[in-house]
Amino acid sequence: MTTKQFMFVNRKAPYGTIYAWESLEVVLIAAAFEQDVSMAFLDDGVYQLKKGHQTKGIEVKAFEKTFGALEDYDVTKIYVDQESLTERGLTTDDLALPVEVFSRAELGKLMEEQDVVLSF
Amino acid sequence: MKFAILVNEGPYTHQASDTAFNFAKAVLAQGHEIFRVFFYHDGVNNATRLTTPPQDDRNIVDRWSKLAKTSELDMVVCVAAAQRRGIVDDGEMKRNGKDATNLAPGFRISGLGQLVEAGIQADRLVVFGD
Repeated sequence: MTTKQFMFVNRKAPYGTIYAWESLEVVLIAAAFEQDVSMAFLDDGVYQLKKGHQTKGIEVKAFEKTFGALEDYDVTKIYVDQESLTERGLTTDDLALPVEVFSRAELGKLMEEQDVVLSF
Repeated sequence: MKFAILVNEGPYTHQASDTAFNFAKAVLAQGHEIFRVFFYHDGVNNATRLTTPPQDDRNIVDRWSKLAKTSELDMVVCVAAAQRRGIVDDGEMKRNGKDATNLAPGFRISGLGQLVEAGIQADRLVVFGD
């Protein structure tokens, strides 16, 4: 099968809308199709990676654990936008996964190199 | 060029479906090919034949169905997203013990693999969403 570079761009907070969860579902399928998958987190999307999701109060399934399964699917290219972290007072210590941090400009270059960019 | 189109928003609430439709028409008018149109997130709501907009407004669902017929478009609705939002075909009705179907003509329900395949096969995958 042809392998292409798929980048999943996550721009929205983890809960409140379903985008983050349904994005994660496509990521896992793309990985199962043995594509070269990366995930980029920017804007409020960086909150998706924050440690300690507690969703009991809103009766929504927490998907922090699913992020932990990404490595089992060989999804290890997790990119985070530095400016988005800074704007929200976050550092990589707050995040649940090992990530690579890029400036907004660098992230733009990475996007340019992709075959397919899916933005959620 | 071979295009694939992803529609991530429902009809009427959001411009995405209108723009995707106009884009699809323009692509075909220019002599390009559309490998597949995939409906995900609330985009699956573009596929209910029960939609009844006021008579003086565009019928977004019918418009897609007609384009699928005249241009032999492959229009796929994500099964997981469809189940959450109550978009049902015969197979889903039987499988989930429901008492009705509402999938509009020209659409079919299938898995996310169809979206990934579209990304692989098409020269360009164009996303319409928020």
